[in-house]
Amino acid sequence: MDVVMLSRIQFAVTVFFHFIFVPLTLGLSVLLAIMETMYVRTGNEMYKRMVKFWGKLFIINFTLGVVTGITLEFQFGTNWSRYSEYVGDIFGSLLAIEASTSFFLESTFIAVWFFGWKKVSKNVHCMCIWLVALASNMSAFWIIMANAFMQNPVGYKMVEGKPQLNDFFAVITNPYGIGEFAHTVSSSWMVGGIFVLGISAWHLLRKNEMELFKSSFKIASIFFLIFSITTAIAGHHQGQVAAKYQPAKLAAMESHWETGTNVPMYLLTWPNAENTGNAIQALPLPGALSILAYNNPQAKVIGLNDIPKEDRPPVLPTFITFRLMVGLGSFFPLLGIALFAWRKKIEEKSFVLKVLPWLIPLPYIAIMLGWTVTEVGRQPWIVYNMLRTSAAASPIEASMVVWSIVAFTLIYTFLGLLDIYLLRKYAMKGPK
Amino acid sequence: MTLELIWFLLWGVLWGVYFVLDGFDLGLGTLFPFFAKNEREKRVLYNTVAPFWDGNEVWLIAAGGITFAAFPKAYAIMFSALYAPLLIILFALIMRAASFEFRNKVDSDGWRKMWDIFQFLGNFVPALLFGVAFANIFQGIPFDANGVYHGSIIQLLNVYGIIGGLFFVINFAMHGAMWLSMKSEGHIHDRAINYAKKLWVFTVALAIAFLAATAIYTDLFVNYQKSGMLLVIPAIGVTALLMVRIFLAGGRNHLAWISNAISIFFIIMFGIVGMFPKLLPSNLDPAASVTIFNGASSTLTLQIMLGVVVVIIPLVLLYQLWAVRLLMHVVDDEVLDSDESY
Repeated sequence: MDVVMLSRIQFAVTVFFHFIFVPLTLGLSVLLAIMETMYVRTGNEMYKRMVKFWGKLFIINFTLGVVTGITLEFQFGTNWSRYSEYVGDIFGSLLAIEASTSFFLESTFIAVWFFGWKKVSKNVHCMCIWLVALASNMSAFWIIMANAFMQNPVGYKMVEGKPQLNDFFAVITNPYGIGEFAHTVSSSWMVGGIFVLGISAWHLLRKNEMELFKSSFKIASIFFLIFSITTAIAGHHQGQVAAKYQPAKLAAMESHWETGTNVPMYLLTWPNAENTGNAIQALPLPGALSILAYNNPQAKVIGLNDIPKEDRPPVLPTFITFRLMVGLGSFFPLLGIALFAWRKKIEEKSFVLKVLPWLIPLPYIAIMLGWTVTEVGRQPWIVYNMLRTSAAASPIEASMVVWSIVAFTLIYTFLGLLDIYLLRKYAMKGPK
Repeated sequence: MTLELIWFLLWGVLWGVYFVLDGFDLGLGTLFPFFAKNEREKRVLYNTVAPFWDGNEVWLIAAGGITFAAFPKAYAIMFSALYAPLLIILFALIMRAASFEFRNKVDSDGWRKMWDIFQFLGNFVPALLFGVAFANIFQGIPFDANGVYHGSIIQLLNVYGIIGGLFFVINFAMHGAMWLSMKSEGHIHDRAINYAKKLWVFTVALAIAFLAATAIYTDLFVNYQKSGMLLVIPAIGVTALLMVRIFLAGGRNHLAWISNAISIFFIIMFGIVGMFPKLLPSNLDPAASVTIFNGASSTLTLQIMLGVVVVIIPLVLLYQLWAVRLLMHVVDDEVLDSDESY
């Protein structure tokens, strides 16, 4: 394999591992802030114990999120130096702003929050966790705006063959990025919700700390319901954004080949091996794809056959991951409605309590699938229609990347297993 | 030109602040196996830095991010040329963070022993390799006009690189010992001061070796010959290092730590200013060197980033200072027995 492919594999390994921890940080920080606000408002010690219990799990998760994040910043330089040099003027500044505005805030106030229970007043302590929640979600904003520049470059002019910033405001209001941000943050908050729901269910089934876990369950069920719905809405919007700015991605998501108007959506589809059309195509919903993409049954949707072969993303992985994500994304609002409806008498529904902990991985999986659609669907471009991925890797030996992939995989597997073991152990231990 | 110059200095300042701050926890972790004799002492060491390592490490992310934003070409070549040492540093930092978080979570001696080893390696390795990397940057690294690196990791371990690495390790260890003295009491406190005093001798010896080797292996002194005024920078670094011993002798441990912080900062700035206008010299083809003229981002990017940094960084320093003061208490039995201890 060449350096480009190896670097792509390494980036995929490191970014997916990082993104096991990030969504929970984004969502659980907000839930913690809500719980602690309830403690400050009511003065009820039960809420304090609640915050401390979920806080411990939060910290275990948070640490790995932090350190695996540095990996990503380093890799732009180590593995994608051609890319870094090309887009540094815009992409680099967003990363630098992320570090200086969000990471400092997050890391400082998480320390005061965790170690400072007896050092600051209740109100200041509560403010600390709100700042952590704000900072983590703000960091998501900056990094997604950086990613959006790769998806839909805006706010630049070409100078000596390189994009140079000429409209910063356009870069940070990139419509592609706003949609991505809404979708990512909603789905991450959903992860926070299911995490609390699943673990609360485990304890409710065993009649541990009924008051604390019933209350946690209630808060999380409302949270999960709201954000499972906003995720679906933002996801639909994001599909339309893709149709507008990245027609090749949309066509790959749907395995849609022939440009046309009033394009149907086929319930049964499978791309053929030659990448020229579909091997299976049955059960059409008339006009559905045109409506989904442009809210208009007569709208024209570009098919892959009208996109030069060398500019098409890999169809099969984009298509499959997209279908699976949509399937999960449709299930979550239904689950959310059911849990919300049952929240007051949830302790009586032992089957639901048994199943819920097993559902915790589902939103994580949906998020991973979503990022696969986003990133694989952008290929062969690293910056859409501007720079090919094949031109972006560092001029280094493939053997260097081979050993680093091996090292990353070993270290991450080791840490990932330990992290799951510890989260499980401390989740099951309950608030003692 | 002025904008690029400001960014060049800010770039140096961020790396300097990073080494001042992460320097003490890298150093204390390096001392770990030599200093901590029993479980209680080990836990004291962990807990003196537990609330701070994360905030300190963000300065590395910021320094890296600023390099990327302000000087993308330097970032691209530096990080790809130094691929192996940077990734080793990264693996070490990952294991260091995990050792804080995981060590106290399972009650088993073998488990704790494993994390103690990672704690040591996770601090010693970055301290050494950062020293090696910066020394090599000061003397130039072999890359051509296309930014392709023509060296190997073995070549980085040259005489000057190794002196730089050892200087970082020993100086940070002293920095860490002094931090420990401020955060501990009784026997540990006294021993920490003894360690600092002994390490001071080695630090001074290595500082002299480093400055001498700099004159031999690099052309950093050229700028200082051109403008003698600049010699104030290394002079402050050296004076502050000498003052460390005086403050230690007088029992003024906080001032000793601050003095060493000043020393680290000015020694980094000494190297940075010496390289001007180069950010990344090439010793293969001097014309390929990345300078602030051929390596900086556009004026608009530099202006916007300057606006951000001028507002944010002082604010960061203020709230970090607030947090440090808040959590600066001595690690005693009460701290060790609390829910939040490591």
